[in-house]
Amino acid sequence: MQLTLWTYEGPPHVGAMRIATSMEGVHYVLHAPQGDTYADLLFTMIERHSKRPPVTYTTFQARDLGGDTANLVVTAVRAAYERFKPQAMLVGDSCTAELIQDQSGALAMGMNLPIPVVPLELPAYSKKENWGASETLYHLTRTLIGTAKRERPVRVEGARPKANLLGPSSLGFRCRDDVREVIALLDAAGVDVHVVAPLGASPADLRTLTDADFNVVLYPEIAMTTGSWLQRVHGMPMVKTVPIGVGATRDFLEEVGTLAGVDVSNALTDARSRLPWYSRSVDSTYLTGKRVFIFADGTHAIAAARIASEELGFTVVGLGTYSREMAREVREAAAKYGVEALICDDYLDVETAITNAAPELVLGSQMERHIAKRLGIPCAVISGPFHVQDVPARHSPQMGWEGANVIFDTWVHPLMMGLEEHLIGMFREDFEFGEVGSHLGKAPARRDDSSDLGRAVAAEANVAVLEDVLASAGAATASDEGASAPPPVAATPSVANGPVWTTDGEKELKKIPFFVRKKARLNTERFATHHGIAHISVETLYEAKAHYGK
Amino acid sequence: MTGTALPVVEIGCTDAPVLKERGQREVFCGLTGIVWLHRKMQDAFFLVVGSRTCAHLIQSAAGVMIFAEPRFATAILGDRDLAGMADCNEELDRVVRQLLGRRPDIKTLFLVGSCPSEVIKLDLAKAASRLSREYTGAVKILSYNGSGIETTFTQGEDACLRSMVPEMPADTSSAPSLMICGTLADVVEDQFMRIFAELGIGPVTFFPPRRASKLPPIGPQTKLLLAQPFLNETTRALQARGATLLPSPYPLGVEGTTLWLRAAADAFGVAPERFASAIAAPAQRARTALARYRPALEGKTMFFFPDSQLEIPLARFLARECGVTLLEVGTPYLDRLLVEAELALLPRTVLSEGQDVEKQLDRCKAQQPDLTVCGLGLANPLEAEGMRTKWSIELVFSPIHGFDQAGDLAELFARPLERISRLRV
Repeated sequence: MQLTLWTYEGPPHVGAMRIATSMEGVHYVLHAPQGDTYADLLFTMIERHSKRPPVTYTTFQARDLGGDTANLVVTAVRAAYERFKPQAMLVGDSCTAELIQDQSGALAMGMNLPIPVVPLELPAYSKKENWGASETLYHLTRTLIGTAKRERPVRVEGARPKANLLGPSSLGFRCRDDVREVIALLDAAGVDVHVVAPLGASPADLRTLTDADFNVVLYPEIAMTTGSWLQRVHGMPMVKTVPIGVGATRDFLEEVGTLAGVDVSNALTDARSRLPWYSRSVDSTYLTGKRVFIFADGTHAIAAARIASEELGFTVVGLGTYSREMAREVREAAAKYGVEALICDDYLDVETAITNAAPELVLGSQMERHIAKRLGIPCAVISGPFHVQDVPARHSPQMGWEGANVIFDTWVHPLMMGLEEHLIGMFREDFEFGEVGSHLGKAPARRDDSSDLGRAVAAEANVAVLEDVLASAGAATASDEGASAPPPVAATPSVANGPVWTTDGEKELKKIPFFVRKKARLNTERFATHHGIAHISVETLYEAKAHYGK
Repeated sequence: MTGTALPVVEIGCTDAPVLKERGQREVFCGLTGIVWLHRKMQDAFFLVVGSRTCAHLIQSAAGVMIFAEPRFATAILGDRDLAGMADCNEELDRVVRQLLGRRPDIKTLFLVGSCPSEVIKLDLAKAASRLSREYTGAVKILSYNGSGIETTFTQGEDACLRSMVPEMPADTSSAPSLMICGTLADVVEDQFMRIFAELGIGPVTFFPPRRASKLPPIGPQTKLLLAQPFLNETTRALQARGATLLPSPYPLGVEGTTLWLRAAADAFGVAPERFASAIAAPAQRARTALARYRPALEGKTMFFFPDSQLEIPLARFLARECGVTLLEVGTPYLDRLLVEAELALLPRTVLSEGQDVEKQLDRCKAQQPDLTVCGLGLANPLEAEGMRTKWSIELVFSPIHGFDQAGDLAELFARPLERISRLRV
C-alpha cells in the first residue's frame, strides 16, 4: 500500500486506451465498473479530441458481482462489434475487473468474432500507464503480423528506403508535431515514412509494418518493446536515437544513414536549427552554468539533460524520471553529469529534491511547473503527464531542427535577460526590484522563511554574487539531499554546538536569493565547522564562497 | 404550508413513465465527491483506499494540478496487498500513521472505500474504529464507501454525510431547529442565513459543516431541509435520529428557492406577510437577473444526460422559469423520496433512469436539441458534430442555489448559446 497524493501516470488500462484512441479501426472493450469512464475526458477534454475514445465499458455494479459479470463482457463485446465494426478489438480488465477474474480476454476470444481479438492482461496493481501502452501496442502488432518471419518486398533499384515511426500516441507529449518534423527530417535524408504507429494507423497499416526497411523508435516508453520484437522476430533493424536537440538530431540522421545506406550529408548541412548560433551569440553568455533541474519521462529527461549541458551550456544539478522502465538509461545519463538520478513517482520527493538543489531553471512536467511556481523558479515544460497546454494550437515540436528552435525559446524565455540580470544583481536594494519583480510575475506566498520576499523574487533568476557558495558540484546537490539530513556540524568536536551566525553575517546571507539561501547557509556552516570557526561573520560567508566556488 | 397548495403543472411527471436503461454509464463514481467535500470541510482529510485508477480519477475529474498540498490522497493497493504477502490492515494503519504524522492539522480522517477495496472485502469500518481508538481525542476516523460499483457521482457525498450522522451530538432542547443538508457554497449559506434571520427562524445549522469537528446537533426537534437532491441515506439516518424531513423542491431558481424557504417558514410558523416581505427584495433581484437570460433560453430544446442527480430540479427550473422545452431528462437513479415535489412541478417529458450511453446518444442526435447537458467525456465530440453542450460538472462546482444565484444559473445555460452566436470562425 502506497500513500499517493498525486500520480504522474494513470493505470495501465489508460495506456491501452491511448493506443486504441491513437488508431483508426480499433475498439477496446474494458471490463470496468461505473466511474472508469472518467478516462474518456483525458482525450475529449485535455487533448480536445473531436471523437469519443473507441472504448466500451461493461459498467458492472455491486449487484452483478457473484452473478453474471462475465455475461456483461460478452454482451458488451457483441454490441461494440456490431455498432462500431472495428478491424480489430482489444479486450481487457480495469483494476477492479482484474480482481473478479472473469477472464474477459479469453471470453471475447471464445466468441469467434470475424476480426482479430487481442486479450490484454495489464496488471493494474504493479504496472502503470506507459507500460500498459507499450504492452498494448506490442500485443496488437504481434497478433496482426504473426511470428512467421516475413520477407520484405524486393525494392526496385534506386528506390528510397522506407521507415516506420513507432511510438507517437494520443496523450503523448508533442507527438503530433514531432511526427511532422521527423517525416521532414527523413525525407531530407532520402527516406520515406511507411507507417506511423500507433498515431493515425489502422490494423491494416500495422499488418504492413514489415514492408518497411527499418523502424524508428521515437518514444521508447511506448514502442521499444514493439521495435525490439520486430527486430528479433522479423529482422527489422531499428533506429534508437531520439532526435531531440541539435546533437541528437545529427546523431539520429547519421544512424539513419548507416542503417539505411543513404547519404545524409545534405540533410546534415541543411540543418535549419538556429539553436547553435543563438547559443553562441554573446547574448547567451549569461546562460553559462545556469543550474537546471530536470524531471520528466525517461525519453524527455535524457534528451533535455544533453541539450542543457551541451547545447545551452547549463549545469545539470538534478536529473530524474518517473518512468521506472527507463531508470537504467536515466541513471547512466545522470552519471555523465555527475548527479545521482532521482527515480521516483512521488511529487513531494521531487519538490524536496528541487528545493534542495536550488536550481535556476526547472525543466519538467506540468507538476514540476507548479512546484517551480511555488518556489519562484523559472520553469519550462518538457514532458507529460498530459495537460491541456501541451497541445498548443501552433506547430510546436520537440524533435528535429524546428524542435531545437522551439526548445531554445521555451527554455530561455522564462529566464531573465542578460543586462537586466546584472542591474538587479548590482542594485538589488532598488525598491522597484523589490516590489515589481520580473516578468515572471509575483511569486506566491512561500512556506519558508523568506522575509524579504519581494527582493528575492526580483533576484530569483539572478547570477547572484554569493550564489557560488552553493555546493561545488551538482553531485553533492542531488545526491546527499536527504532533505532532513542535518548539517554535519554537531559531529565536529571543535565547535560543540555548531557555529553561530553573527548579525552581520545573517544580514549578508539575506542578500542571497532565497532559493539558494538554504544551501548557502548549510555550506557556510559546514565550512565554519570544518575550520573550527564558532561565529560566522560576513568574512566567513565570503571565505566559504571562495572555498566552494565553481 | 398554511393552506397554500404547491403550484402544480397540468400534467407533471409524478406518474410519468420512466425509461429504465442498463448499459455503459458515462458517469463518475462516488469518489468524485471528494473534490468538493475536502474543500468544504477544511479540517478533514479523505484517504481513498483503492487503486491507481482511483487516484487518477480524482485528479483528472478535478481537472486540476495541485496548487497546495491537497486534503485527499489514495492508499494505492499493490500486488503485495492483494497476494496476501502484506496484511492490508497493518498496511492501512501504517499509511494512516504516515499521513497523520505529516498532517497534524487533520481533525477528521475519512477512509474512503473504492471498487477494489470492496471487492477484496477490506473492512474499512473496522479499520476506522481500530484507528479511532489509537487516535482518541486527536483525530476522528470515519469511513464510507465511494465505489463505482455501489455509488454514482454525488452519492459519494451522501455516503460521506451518512458516516458523520452517528457522530452528531444529540440535541435535547425542546425548541425546534432547522438543519440544511447538502453541500452549499459558503457564500450561499451566508445568504440563506440572512434570510432565515429575517424570517426569525433559528437556530439554523448546515450539514456538512465547514469544520468536520464541529458537527451540528440532531434530535427530535430538528427540522430537515434538503439543499441537494442526492442525500437519501443521510436523510434516512437523520430521520432515525429524530429529524423531521420538510418535503420541498430544491432551492434552484426563484420558484424553487421560494418554495424551499416557505417549507421552512411553514414549519416554523412564520406568518405569510412576514415571509412575503422577507423574500420580496431578493426574489425581485432574482427575477431581474433571470429576465436578462430568458430571451436566450426561451423556446430552446434541451436534453439532459444523467450526471449529478441535479437534472430533475435543473430541468424544472429551466422549463418553468426560462421557457425551455425539455426533450429528455436523464438521471442516474430516480429516488422518489427526494424528488417527489420536483416531479409534481416538472412538465411532462421523457424521464430516463440509468444509462446505455450509446442508445442515449442515438436519441439525442436524432432530436438535435439546441443544448445538450452532459459530462466532459461527451461534450467535445457532440460539439464537433455541431451540437451545443453544457458541461454538467460545472453545475456541481458552481454556486447555483438561492435567489442571488438564479441569474448565474440561467447564464450557465445561456453561455454556450451566446458563445456560438458570437463566433464567426
